[in-house]
Amino acid sequence: MDFIDHIKDINWSDIADKIYSKNSSDVERALAADRPSVDDFMALISPAASGYVERMAVMSNRLTQKRFGKTVQLYVPLYLSNYCENQCVYCGFNSGLKIPRKVLTIEEVKEEAIAISKMGFKHILLVTGESSKKADVDYLEEVFKTIKPYFSLISIEVQPLSQNDYERLLKVGLHTVYIYQETYNSNTYSNYHLKGKKSSYSGRLDTYEKLGRAGVYKMGLGILAGLEDWRVDTLFTALHLRYLQKRYWRTKYSISFPRLRPNAGGYEPSFVMTDKDLAQLIFAYRIFDNDVELALSTREDRLFRDNMINLGVTSMSAGSKTNPGGYAQDNDDLEQFSVNDDRTPVEVAEAIKDHGYEPVWKDWDSSLQ
Amino acid sequence: MDSLKIADKEFKSRLFTGTGKFSSSVVMEEALLASGSELVTMALRRVEMDNRDDDILSHLNHNQFNLLPNTSGVRNAKEAVFAASLAREALDTNWVKLEIHPDPRYLLPDPVETLKAADELVKQGFIVLPYVQADPVLCKQLEEVGTAAVMPLGSPIGSNNGLQTVEMLKIIIEQSNVPVVVDAGIGAPSHAAYAMELGADACLINTAIAVSDDPVSMAKAFSMAVEAGRMAYLAKLGAKRTGAEASSPLTSFLDDLN
Repeated sequence: MDFIDHIKDINWSDIADKIYSKNSSDVERALAADRPSVDDFMALISPAASGYVERMAVMSNRLTQKRFGKTVQLYVPLYLSNYCENQCVYCGFNSGLKIPRKVLTIEEVKEEAIAISKMGFKHILLVTGESSKKADVDYLEEVFKTIKPYFSLISIEVQPLSQNDYERLLKVGLHTVYIYQETYNSNTYSNYHLKGKKSSYSGRLDTYEKLGRAGVYKMGLGILAGLEDWRVDTLFTALHLRYLQKRYWRTKYSISFPRLRPNAGGYEPSFVMTDKDLAQLIFAYRIFDNDVELALSTREDRLFRDNMINLGVTSMSAGSKTNPGGYAQDNDDLEQFSVNDDRTPVEVAEAIKDHGYEPVWKDWDSSLQ
Repeated sequence: MDSLKIADKEFKSRLFTGTGKFSSSVVMEEALLASGSELVTMALRRVEMDNRDDDILSHLNHNQFNLLPNTSGVRNAKEAVFAASLAREALDTNWVKLEIHPDPRYLLPDPVETLKAADELVKQGFIVLPYVQADPVLCKQLEEVGTAAVMPLGSPIGSNNGLQTVEMLKIIIEQSNVPVVVDAGIGAPSHAAYAMELGADACLINTAIAVSDDPVSMAKAFSMAVEAGRMAYLAKLGAKRTGAEASSPLTSFLDDLN
């Protein structure tokens, strides 16, 4: 039974009611649980837990150190293309927007890879808009072959592919795939995703099954905070995580926390997630799942990121350019969103060291796959 | 204290250590030197094998340390054998800590693939130290294919939960013809001392040292605990008394018989 079958009888507003009816004794029980359940997680992300944030931070710090040590992994995104066939109302790459478009040539990819590896990175995330015309699997395969000598771990955040295509990329060095459902609210999903393949809620959700069957090493999940009530969406993410962990048990999982940021589309978030909410959410995830990786991108500002180094986060991007060709050249008008932390990788690494943590540039070796 | 021999190497310290989770390579180096440990394991995936100035390797460049590369990250026997071959070439050692955990969450070892890989690696001339469940039968099978030691877990790796598998560890220690190194789950010096009192030949500690507030002091504490446990084992602990002795002898009638 796939995840879509698991959740078809779960009602969005019932979940919301449950979360908002949690009280402090539910939170206390969740904090004392040996292995917190999804029901405990509801209490941890509920408004009732907002008074427990300090206690949750202490637990998150301790649990994360035990599992991951005093380390934070660093990675960098490489934007290959901003062509997109979707119309997502919140996104700077929306196909309806009249913006300059570009897909890097293989030669340009190589220049970018060299520029990035000179900064010290060994882990790279390849990002594209979702266009199987401009950046298809053949193109991606070429990119993998081109950059593999420079990196020890390659991840992608691109359009959903077929199981067969994922298997193809695994053979040339694919490790991790990030794919975001954006929202699990099937009733409103189509309000945000107007056109293109991404407009299919079930099609999007089925991608995770394909990834599991293909046997990717790590899958990254996440919602886009700002679309729907993040508490309810997060609860669905937790159900998804538990489902995936049981079914595709050889795969590692990672959670990201993108929040809507100003972009060329000018979309304003309808549900705000405050910094305090995000902190509570990160702590809640760590208490709920001691082993899941938690990633924080340069969408978040420096102060928030620095303070989260020892509180649950296990990987961070740094020095990010969100426009194709941004490392070797400079053309900001192509960017997907403007970053909130524009420090160089070395500056971010120094901040990690200042917190008594070790920045980890390499935690995988291409010889292992 | 008596030394420990594994394959062709003698170890004065029975404390083996890991290199992960430290707040910096400098702290790692100081703590491992303070521990007196002579066998240090590091994950292949963390080191740049083609770079002599690698941050981890350059801090392990001391006569005290023998390197024990591990295969953490591989999911089956085939990948493990390949990774071990790379390590042998790059690090110039035929010692390998065989770790195969297809489950990335609890990192529990795969017994079937581990036995398969051990068999192959021994044939290729490796000194194999396999990380395994505390499974006495599996440990005997590994010994039979020629591993230089067995490394059963005390509890899940990184859990600090101590010797949850103690009943099985006792059987493994009793039956083994190769050194038994308790690996994973040891969270406190008292756990290590207990393992050594039971007759384990060595302990491997990583998380408990790396994540403590003062890794150098914790490394010393583990060193002392391992030594104390070994000494107590050699001196033979007194038998535990489980109940009170009967105040009037139960067998005095025997004296009345011929």
